Amino acid sequence: MEALFFYLFGGLSLISAGFVVFLRRPVHNAMALILTFFCLAGLYLLLHAEFIAVIQVLVYAGAIMVLFLFVIMLLSLEREESLQDPRGRLRRWIGGFLAVLVFLFLAPVWTLQVLPVLKGTFPPERVHEVGNTIWVARLLFTDYLLPFEVASILLLAAIVGAVFFAMRRL
Amino acid sequence: MTDWGAVLLVAIKGFLALGAIMTIIAYMTLMERKVLAFIQVRKGPNRVGPWGLLQPLADGIKLLFKEEISVSGADRILYLMAPVIVTVCALLPFAVVPFGKGIVGGKFLGVPLDQWALGQGVLADINTGVLFIFAISSLGVYGVVLAGWASNSKYPLLGANRAAAQMISYELALGLSVVGVLLLSGTLSLVGIVEDQDRIWKWNCFRQPLGFLLFLIAGSAEICRTPFDFIECENELVAGYQTEYSSMKFGLFYLAEYGHLLLLSTLVTTFFLGGWQGPVLPPIVWFSGKVFAMLFFFMWVRGTYPRLRYDLLMQLGWKVILPAALFNIMITALVLTLIY
Repeated sequence: MEALFFYLFGGLSLISAGFVVFLRRPVHNAMALILTFFCLAGLYLLLHAEFIAVIQVLVYAGAIMVLFLFVIMLLSLEREESLQDPRGRLRRWIGGFLAVLVFLFLAPVWTLQVLPVLKGTFPPERVHEVGNTIWVARLLFTDYLLPFEVASILLLAAIVGAVFFAMRRL
Repeated sequence: MTDWGAVLLVAIKGFLALGAIMTIIAYMTLMERKVLAFIQVRKGPNRVGPWGLLQPLADGIKLLFKEEISVSGADRILYLMAPVIVTVCALLPFAVVPFGKGIVGGKFLGVPLDQWALGQGVLADINTGVLFIFAISSLGVYGVVLAGWASNSKYPLLGANRAAAQMISYELALGLSVVGVLLLSGTLSLVGIVEDQDRIWKWNCFRQPLGFLLFLIAGSAEICRTPFDFIECENELVAGYQTEYSSMKFGLFYLAEYGHLLLLSTLVTTFFLGGWQGPVLPPIVWFSGKVFAMLFFFMWVRGTYPRLRYDLLMQLGWKVILPAALFNIMITALVLTLIY
């Protein structure tokens, strides 16, 4: 049953990721990307990471992609304009290069039979027992407090910057 | 080893719940028309069946047999997908709303009831229930935005832009206004939240009055009920994002609208009014009674309040409700730390 769902979500996420790259209209690309995020959330769910799965849908699919779609609709970007742009070609080369780099970085995973997971304090059974929201929160506010606060300051700076630029336009 | 009997039972339970929700949604349209008529001193629908009881059926048949008009230049796939997305996102969150008290242990037709929430008064008791609801309902925005964009028409596009801005703004306030409740009950599971309010004075509307008020306001803005129904404001936008839809495709939008209203009422009941908890009467009666009281409340508001202005709506959301919700969280957290 689990294997079935794994191949379903995995296959669907690969297909929709392909659509993100190859479809022509920006709105379609955005929709395909949302489907990809959804399938990733399904994969997280199979790993018993319910909190991450729900946050994946809530933040990426629910909030960030709405903004993407909003921008596409407001600017009414039409098909293939960027492809004629010479800078667009350069960007494509850079993007392709980065993709190959990531692939090479991840390639050793193919040779592994079982991932060397850290069998530490949080085996799936125990996390499943208490619910992983509690554990994520506990770790986030004790062991990883500094990175957490740094990230929040970074976000605050981004918000202040955005408001500053918007104020100058008004 | 998968227990296929349990799978079958879960499927049957799901279909029964879906049937009940669909029937209630159908009769909510009648209830709304009757309540509005009562407020405006009219009779309301009274021709189809006794007291107009068959009116929803007649409406449904009419919608099914209406001519289907599609727009030239519309993005065909997305145009058809939009109402489906909206409807699915309106119905899916009901899966985690507890509607009754569970049975501990026991068997039904030889299937043990302790697996997959079979014996519980909820379809799926997941421990991130609240986040699940917000995640799914945040996806509902896509249906609206795509409907407006794919129709290739001016008014729907404007309506969709408004809808997206309004829903994103108020989603935040809605989420933050529940945080006080989550702090009090210490869980994200809706079943846990209801079980926490086991005495009347422990109902969250008494422990979280500000959160309750903010949730009601932000909730009616999120589902675009009347004081905030700018997305289909007929004197400015014809009918907003659903202008170009006809026949059952329009019917789906209509269904989703009432589905959202029902969902909001059940959520208010669950978060603030103690869910199925209550003395003497059986839990399901308490639950439906509270939900219908909330439905009546929202219809009453629709019958008595005029529409705001769009810019005022945004100001209210960002400058009043959001800070008030944050204030509520701070106070709740402070009190809880002082007590414990």
